Amino acid sequence: MPINKHVGSAQEALADVRDGSTVMISGFGGAGFPNVLIRELVKRAPKNLTLVVNSATHRLSFTHELIEAGLVRKVICSAARGPGKELSPFEKLWKEGKIELQCLPQGTFAEAIRAGGAGIPAFFTPVGVGTDLTKGKEVRVFGDREYVLEQAITADLAIIRADTADTYGNLTFRFAQMNFGAAMATAAKLTVAEVREFRSEPTPHERVQLPGVYVDRVFVAPEAK
Amino acid sequence: MKPLNRSQMAWRAAQDITDGSLVNLGLGLPVSVADYVPAGLDVFFQSENGVIGVGPLASPEAADSDLVDAGSRQITLRRGAAIVDSPWSFSMIRGGHIDVTVLGAFEVAANGDLANWDMKIPNKGPLVGGAMDLAAAAKSVWVIMEHNTRSGGARIVKKCTLPLTAQRCVKRIYTDLAVMEINASGVLVREIAEGLSRDELQARTDAPLTFAADCKVLSAPPLAEVAAA
Repeated sequence: MPINKHVGSAQEALADVRDGSTVMISGFGGAGFPNVLIRELVKRAPKNLTLVVNSATHRLSFTHELIEAGLVRKVICSAARGPGKELSPFEKLWKEGKIELQCLPQGTFAEAIRAGGAGIPAFFTPVGVGTDLTKGKEVRVFGDREYVLEQAITADLAIIRADTADTYGNLTFRFAQMNFGAAMATAAKLTVAEVREFRSEPTPHERVQLPGVYVDRVFVAPEAK
Repeated sequence: MKPLNRSQMAWRAAQDITDGSLVNLGLGLPVSVADYVPAGLDVFFQSENGVIGVGPLASPEAADSDLVDAGSRQITLRRGAAIVDSPWSFSMIRGGHIDVTVLGAFEVAANGDLANWDMKIPNKGPLVGGAMDLAAAAKSVWVIMEHNTRSGGARIVKKCTLPLTAQRCVKRIYTDLAVMEINASGVLVREIAEGLSRDELQARTDAPLTFAADCKVLSAPPLAEVAAA
C-alpha cells in the first residue's frame, strides 16, 4: 500500500493520546511552535502529562494553556521563568508544588533529545559542572577536564511545526523553524507535524530536512495566533 | 570621573573583536556589541537557536516570525549565513567552535567563576537557556556589565554568592569603569576610567586588583545611551 502520512485534522492526528504521556513540543522564540496541535491537546485533555519543551513560559507558545488546564505533572525545559514580576501559570503551580520541574542547560536539553533518538542512553558533557543544575549527577574526568553524565530523553509523542510536507512525511522548515523539531521527531514513538503546505509531489531529496521515516502524521494548518 | 555609558561599554568590547571570528552575544547589553564592530572586519554572529550569520534587526516590512534570534527578536541574515537546528547549534557551542561569547553577569569572581543566570528571585522559575553551554565551552568568555550593583555593591568579587553558571571561565570584563583581564593570578586592570584613582577602583571591587604596567585610560567616543534591558 502506498505510504500516506496525510491526515485531515488535528483531531484525527491526536485521536489516541493517552494519560501519563511524555510529550515533546518544538519551537523557539516564535518559530516552530505547533500551536494548533497544542490547542487540540488542551481540548482532548489527557492527564498527568510530562512536557519536554525548551520554554515553559514563552509568550508566543500555547504551552501555558496545557499547564493552566492542569494537565501537566512535570516539565523538562531550559526556561521556566515567566515574563515580568507576575507569576506565570507554570510558576504558580510550581510554587504550590503541583508541578515538577527539571531544568537543564539548553545544549544539554537538545543533546539529550538527540541522544534519545540516536540510541545513546546517556552522555558526558562539560556543561553545568559545579553548578546547581548538575547536583548529584555523576562526574568523571577525561583528559584534564570534568564532565557530568546526563541521561537521554525520549517521548511517547512529539508535536512539531514545519513548513511543507509530502505524502511520505518528508518535511522542510523555514529559517529558524527547525530548532528542536527534527530531533524531537527522532526521539518520540509518535510524531505529528502541522505544516503550512502539503505537497502532492514528493519533496526533492536535497530539500528534505527531516526524512519522513521519523514522521507519522501530517496535516495542514495555518499558524494559530 | 568619566564612567562609560552602556553604549560606550558595548563599543569598547566590540573594539577587541578580531577579523574573521565567530561570536555569540548574550541577551541584553551584549547584543548591542554587534552595532560597534569596527568597519572592515568580517565577523559572523551565531545565535543559539541555530542562526550562523545574524544580520541587523528586520524592518517591520521584512520581519518574519520564523527568522528570530536567541532573544526572540526578528532579524535578518547576513551574506553567507546558514541555519542549523538546536542540537547542531549547541554542538557548535559545546565543541569549542565559538571564538568569543560576550555575556552579561551578576557577579564574576577573581578566579573567573561566572554567575549570570539565577538572581534567586523568590518564586520566579529558573531560566538558564544557553548560558551554561556558552560559558563552559566558548574559546573566550567576555563579560560586559556595570562595575557595581545599583546599591553600590561589588560585582567583581573574591567568591560568587549567586549560583554559578560555569567555573573559571571568564577571560575579560568590560565595565563602565575599567577593562580587566582574568589570569592565573587574578584580576588585572588594563584600562581605568579617566579621573578614577586605582584606590577608588579597588574600593568599588571586592576582588583584589593588580594593574598592568601599561594600564591605560578607558575611553570611548560619545554615544547615545542604549536603554537598560
